[in-house]
Amino acid sequence: MNIFVCVKRVPDTSEAEIKIDETGRDVDSSRFSFDINDADNYAVEEAIRIKEARGGNVQVICAGPQDADVMIRMALAKGGDSAVRIDDPRINKNDPLQMAKVLAAYIKEQEYDLVMTGCMANDNWFMATGVALAEELGVPHAAMVNQVEFLDGKVKAHRELEGGLSEVVEMELPAVLTIQTGINEPRYAPIRGIRAAQKKELKVLNLDDLGISEEEVSENSSLIELQKLYIPEVVSKAEFIEGEPEEKAQIMADKLVKGGLL
Amino acid sequence: MSDVFVLAEHRQGELRDITLEMLTLANGVAEKLGGNTVAVLLGSGVDSFAEKVSGYSDKVLYIDDPLFEDYNSEKYQRVLAALLDDYKPTLLMVGHTTQGVDMAPALAVEKQLPFISDVFEFEFEDGKPIPVRQFYGGKVNANVAFKGDPPYLATIREASVEVGEPSKQGSVEKIDSPLKEDIDYRRFIEYIEAEVGDVDITQSEILVAVGRGVREDKNMPMVEELAQVLKADLCGSRAATDAGWLPHDRQVGTSGKTVKPKLYLAIGISGAFQHLAGMKGAKTIVAINKDPEAPIFAEADYGIVDDLFKVVPVLTEKLKELKG
Ligand SMILES: Cc1cc2nc3c(=O)[nH]c(=O)nc-3n(C[C@H](O)[C@H](O)[C@H](O)COP(=O)(O)OP(=O)(O)OC[C@H]3O[C@@H](n4cnc5c(N)ncnc54)[C@H](O)[C@@H]3O)c2cc1C
Ligand SMILES: Nc1ncnc2c1ncn2[C@@H]1O[C@H](COP(=O)(O)O)[C@@H](O)[C@H]1O
Repeated sequence: MNIFVCVKRVPDTSEAEIKIDETGRDVDSSRFSFDINDADNYAVEEAIRIKEARGGNVQVICAGPQDADVMIRMALAKGGDSAVRIDDPRINKNDPLQMAKVLAAYIKEQEYDLVMTGCMANDNWFMATGVALAEELGVPHAAMVNQVEFLDGKVKAHRELEGGLSEVVEMELPAVLTIQTGINEPRYAPIRGIRAAQKKELKVLNLDDLGISEEEVSENSSLIELQKLYIPEVVSKAEFIEGEPEEKAQIMADKLVKGGLL
Repeated sequence: MSDVFVLAEHRQGELRDITLEMLTLANGVAEKLGGNTVAVLLGSGVDSFAEKVSGYSDKVLYIDDPLFEDYNSEKYQRVLAALLDDYKPTLLMVGHTTQGVDMAPALAVEKQLPFISDVFEFEFEDGKPIPVRQFYGGKVNANVAFKGDPPYLATIREASVEVGEPSKQGSVEKIDSPLKEDIDYRRFIEYIEAEVGDVDITQSEILVAVGRGVREDKNMPMVEELAQVLKADLCGSRAATDAGWLPHDRQVGTSGKTVKPKLYLAIGISGAFQHLAGMKGAKTIVAINKDPEAPIFAEADYGIVDDLFKVVPVLTEKLKELKG
């Protein structure tokens, strides 16, 4: 089975203070730490497991700058066979449909049975690229997949719905699956794999190599426009407990017990 | 022409909350645009849903056909593509739900629609709706405008609008399905219900909820002890259940459980909307998080901005003392 898995490098902003930069349309990312997007990490693992069980080849695709190579090599160290990084500043990063076009331009020239993406990128939260990619490729898809089975050239995907319910859908291959976190337990890269990964192929391509014109994927031609970013005013009704950690704990304990909250 | 279409969402015989939420939002937008709100309902024998949504819309377009017994993104996409051609609304709203995100991006690609996902609000500029959405887990808001010609497509975030009493009496128009036969390259097979665990957290009075901030499995005894003193049950964010610190049936949020305890203690949880949607209804919410900007504080009644590893053990001790 030939599997392509799309990975994005994203900042971890869960604990970071975010500042909007001077353009007003981007954030200052100079102090963020970056890593592979959560869901993509699970997608890589799932792809490698399928290859290990059924044979085949796993190719990693990323659109992003050179800084992403460390993350890509890590996916290769875990068992990916080769990688492609699409590096071109002309690509609009704020339109998932254009990103899907870029990824599709490469994939549709290859032989593939399965394409996997994460279900959501943690920076922009679009939840759109994978399903748009399927439409660009003209193949069926299932979003938010948390279990995969294969049978006679078909794939059975379990889609995770709200409230813990799942839905099983069956599709012809090739197909696109957007992978939900928790589908498996991602492995750590073995030391030997890390060394081997340095020798694996990592191609770097730009729009010209892919035969896409700037017109198709640049901000100018996008059908949406990011006007401005701003920090939301948090209207919190919360009473904030002040003091040293011990004092805070004491005050909170009092409130819980004496305030009748229990 | 300046109508707002809303795709009604239902599953297993129930109309989903997002439907009336979207219609409520749509009524506001339609009023500004000077158009009507039209609910689009695809289903089989769901007259009662048509009736229900008509209370929140000017018109209901209802396709009653066994082909729509169960949700299938491919079929929905075909029908909506045809309806957009026929009716040319200004805006189509679809839920930013597991149904909506499985279909909307493909529809946008097929019909070349200006498309914005995960919208929770609209602002207006020169009479044009400007969607507002968030980046970075709710820490940044963004105004993103549609360019070019309608129809525009937006997926709408769950639980972002309060739904009031029905105030309209839309006409219900049954229309023929533009889809004449089944599609077999993607088939619905079955639903699988979630496994039932040992504790039903939807019934718990007090919940201690843990998130990624707890960092490792080996820190779980610390929160277990707190839960014990409080006679609370443990639950967690998706990050905590994905990591295996807690079983999946203890997950709170859109893809987990909706809980309504008397007291909810969120420890090291950032407050992603998927999580908030599941616990907003708690009577009292206490949040412990070292990041003062964590979105969880917007929902909290009491906030402690600090290192949980410093606060939680002392809190447990103090509670033990107080409770004797
Ligand atoms: C389709 C879909 C469905 C989803 N459904 C759900 C769902 O049902 N439920 C759910 O919870 N999530 C769900 N998610 C995931 C959600 O988007 C978030 O990723 C998740 O809720 C984050 O969990 P968290 O808050 O524990 O982790 P993070 O967002 O990583 O937050 C960790 C927090 O801990 C704090 N922290 C770290 N260290 C400390 C310390 N020492 N002391 C104090 N605080 C500390 C940080 O400041 C941070 O705020 C879903 C996502 C998708 C795409
Ligand atoms: N720049 C990119 N390079 C490779 N894959 C991407 C990129 N952007 C998005 N994706 C894939 O699309 C998924 C969903 O992203 P999004 O639609 O932005 O939430 C991610 O989890 C990735 O798998």
